[in-house]
Amino acid sequence: MVPEIYYITLSAILFTMGALGVLARRNALIIFMSVELMLNAANLAFVSFANTFQQLDGQIIVFFVIAVAAAEVAVGLALIVAIFRSKHSIDVDQMSNLKG
Amino acid sequence: MHLSETVNTGFFFLAPWIIFAPVVGLLVNIIFGGWFLKRSWGEAAVGTVASLASGIAFAVSALLAWSLSAAHGEVVVVPFAEWIHIGSLQLDWTFRVDTLSVTMMLAVSGVGTLIHIYAIGYMHEDVRFKKDEKRYQRFFVFMNLFITMMMLLVSSDSYLMLFVGWEGVGLCSFLLIGFWYDMDTLGRPSWANSNAANKAFIANRIGDFGFLIAGFIMFWAFGSFQFDEVFTQVGAIAPGIITAITLFMLVGVTGKSAQIPLYVWLPDAMAGPTPVSALIHAATMVTAGVYLVTRSAPLYSTVPAAQYVVALTGALTALFAATIAVGQYDIKKVLAYSTISQLGFMVAAVGMGAYVAGMFHLVTHAFFKALLFLSAGSVILGLERGHHHLSHHEGHQGHEGSHHEEVRRTEPVEVFDPGDMRNMGGLRKTMPVTFWLYVFGTLALAGIFPFAGFWSKDEILLDASLHYPDIYWILTLAAFLTAFYMGRQIWMVFFGEPRHEAAAHAEESKPIITIPLMVLAALALLGGGLNLPGAHTLGHWLEHTLGEIEVPEFSLMVAGVSTALALAAIGISWLVYGRNPLKAEQKDPLKKPLGFLFTGMENKWWVDEGYKWLILDNYVRLSKFLAEVIDWRFWHDWFHEKIIAGTYNWLSNIALNKYADQQGIDAFANGLGEWTKEVSASLRRVQNGFVRSYALSVLLGVVLILGYLLLK
Amino acid sequence: MTVDLILFLILALVSVATAAGMLLSRNAVYSALFLVLNFASIAVFYLLLGAPFIAMAQITVYAGAIMVLFLFVIMLLGAEQLARIKVLPWQRPLAIGLAAALVAETAYLLIVRAAPSAGIVPPAETVNTLGELQNLGMALFNQYLLPFEVTSVLLLVAMIGAIVLTKREKGERE
Repeated sequence: MVPEIYYITLSAILFTMGALGVLARRNALIIFMSVELMLNAANLAFVSFANTFQQLDGQIIVFFVIAVAAAEVAVGLALIVAIFRSKHSIDVDQMSNLKG
Repeated sequence: MHLSETVNTGFFFLAPWIIFAPVVGLLVNIIFGGWFLKRSWGEAAVGTVASLASGIAFAVSALLAWSLSAAHGEVVVVPFAEWIHIGSLQLDWTFRVDTLSVTMMLAVSGVGTLIHIYAIGYMHEDVRFKKDEKRYQRFFVFMNLFITMMMLLVSSDSYLMLFVGWEGVGLCSFLLIGFWYDMDTLGRPSWANSNAANKAFIANRIGDFGFLIAGFIMFWAFGSFQFDEVFTQVGAIAPGIITAITLFMLVGVTGKSAQIPLYVWLPDAMAGPTPVSALIHAATMVTAGVYLVTRSAPLYSTVPAAQYVVALTGALTALFAATIAVGQYDIKKVLAYSTISQLGFMVAAVGMGAYVAGMFHLVTHAFFKALLFLSAGSVILGLERGHHHLSHHEGHQGHEGSHHEEVRRTEPVEVFDPGDMRNMGGLRKTMPVTFWLYVFGTLALAGIFPFAGFWSKDEILLDASLHYPDIYWILTLAAFLTAFYMGRQIWMVFFGEPRHEAAAHAEESKPIITIPLMVLAALALLGGGLNLPGAHTLGHWLEHTLGEIEVPEFSLMVAGVSTALALAAIGISWLVYGRNPLKAEQKDPLKKPLGFLFTGMENKWWVDEGYKWLILDNYVRLSKFLAEVIDWRFWHDWFHEKIIAGTYNWLSNIALNKYADQQGIDAFANGLGEWTKEVSASLRRVQNGFVRSYALSVLLGVVLILGYLLLK
Repeated sequence: MTVDLILFLILALVSVATAAGMLLSRNAVYSALFLVLNFASIAVFYLLLGAPFIAMAQITVYAGAIMVLFLFVIMLLGAEQLARIKVLPWQRPLAIGLAAALVAETAYLLIVRAAPSAGIVPPAETVNTLGELQNLGMALFNQYLLPFEVTSVLLLVAMIGAIVLTKREKGERE
């Protein structure tokens, strides 16, 4: 039985790496993937807690998160396609029209 | 309306109609007059409505007189409406029907009606001569308004309501003097008439001021304006106060009745159409002052000193105006000064306490002076017709044109004044009817037996001879002059040869003009019958109102002297003017023998100039002083600019502006703004449009919040 | 060292490595493939934690459907690589710094403040029942019925949204 804290640590590491990806990469697709990575890190923590406390709720939440992620990916990728169509780029740094 | 309470016999309930008949007439003419005038019968309709309104007032007056005599002359008071109820002052609009007011009503509405009828014809020609036919309607509206106001004046039961009428007739006088406000008597553009109207109004205002003061003192002393209430308290009031009231009232009388020193407006008032001169400025309105004194007889009778002042004022006016009349050339100006003179007779009479004689002369004067004025109007019309005829023959087609503006511009250069007696002469032949009418009026005015003027003037002279010898002599001299200037007028106007082409071609007036004159001429002849010595009909009639009246015995001496003097004056005037008729361009034959005196008469003794020098110039100087020195230099330049504005500027510039505002409030407000601008400029860079930067700040937030939670 | 622990450490290493690979790959296709590996390793963790249904969902939905969609879009757009431009020079150092701070905080939380679950005594050994699909179904369709249905609506809306966003307007040219 692996101590719960290991999972939490791993989850934190993965989450931080995902955040780093969101912040450091310019490619919108990779930023998206990093977001997925962060979601998974969170899911991992949920499942770990569900196991520790012997409660099904954690797994249920993960189930919903997966569903929402699927929806999010569908819409997000559609957005990226639409943006690409008008700007011919998926570099987020080039979408800075709202500059103050 | 609660008429039936006090009035149960006779026709007294009709009393309000003496006012409302003319009101209805003027309303009809205001509303429908314009519509009437678009029709061919329009002028007749407008004139008929107005005359009828005045005629109904006369009929009602006659009914009132009949009812009054049936009631043995007892005063009847007809309450009509509530007027002013303030505290102890309970003033109602009440019609006072007594012998005095009924006499005035009859004179006003009777003469008024005749003049209305005359005006139908006169104004028909006048509006055409002046080329503004729309004013026909306005004229009759004003005339009816005048009748209304005059009736209000004579029928009032209190001094305050009398004052309303007093002001009302003043207004009508103003309106009618300035009737042709934008042109002179010849139809040329000028403001002379409106200036004359202003002069009349302002001179009357001075008089009204005196009347108002009298009213204030009266209310202070008596606590009432109502005639009976005032008169019953006379005994309880100090004579000094009554003297003050009566003398201030005299100021009002001199204004309205054109006495020295306020008479100057009346000659200028001849600028109004001739029927107005006859009605307002000869027969009725100007007698309001005489009526006022007569009405206030109980007040005047208690203060002989004031009475003497009144009498002297009247006598001096009578003489003074008569001398001026001798030197005038305008036919209406002569009559105007004659009117002033005759009003002087009346004022002198009522001042002496001879109220009956004054009222008698008032009535007869109304007859023959209206006759004279209207005849003069007929003469003027005749000359205008002659002039028109003439210019028509000479080819001045412009006179026929309907293009008013054009006509005015192409007016002949030669100025023809149809009222100037020097342009007349020989009218006896061309205007025979008018001639005889004028002669009737002249004889009546000159006081020749058996005309009305003889009886009435004689009665005044008789009273004067009994009590005031000085006044008697002044008045006798004035009567002599009266006969002289009237004789002069007759000779100049109707005898001799025409001195102007227009006079040669003058035409007689139409019956609508001459018939009312004939009625007036008959009255001028027979009016004396009202108060023949011995019978004293008018005297006994007025006794019901004025109380017991001393009836002087007829004195053959006084009558003889005055008649002899009048005849002598006419004779002298024949010697001067009749024997050797004036030629065209000839100077007045009196000019040489009288020299300076005649120049004075000619120039009205320079009274107007004197007033200008004495009052107007000083007034202007005072106004200039007040405006330039006091107001501008002192108040504006020094007080306002230096003191107030200077202090304020200093305070605001230095103290408030520099320190409080600029360095305090402004600095704070501007600093706030600047600071906000700087902060925003630096914060602006945060909003760089890069999604990743925003995400970075989100993460920063997460780190900080987590850190805070951990370290809490 | 139990077998579980060894297995965990290996898998953790794999997942961290693949995450790093995803982050560092210049080519987006490689990133996607690394991510698939990462998801697979996490699915094994789920199995280890007694959640077989979630593990299956992870494999099918994430590693299967979603990542295929990613790859599909990458290929479609031909945007595997971006030009090398530096627009935000301080972005990366700052991001790394913040990430380090986050790791430090997490470490502090987990190590210095002790395990959050230390005080909580897990219930008796009922591990077997937790993984049973039947229990999951019972919870999902009783206690969580409304969220479940809302999720279906959400997916429907996402589907419509994707279609609307990518659909060409009438008359719009490529």
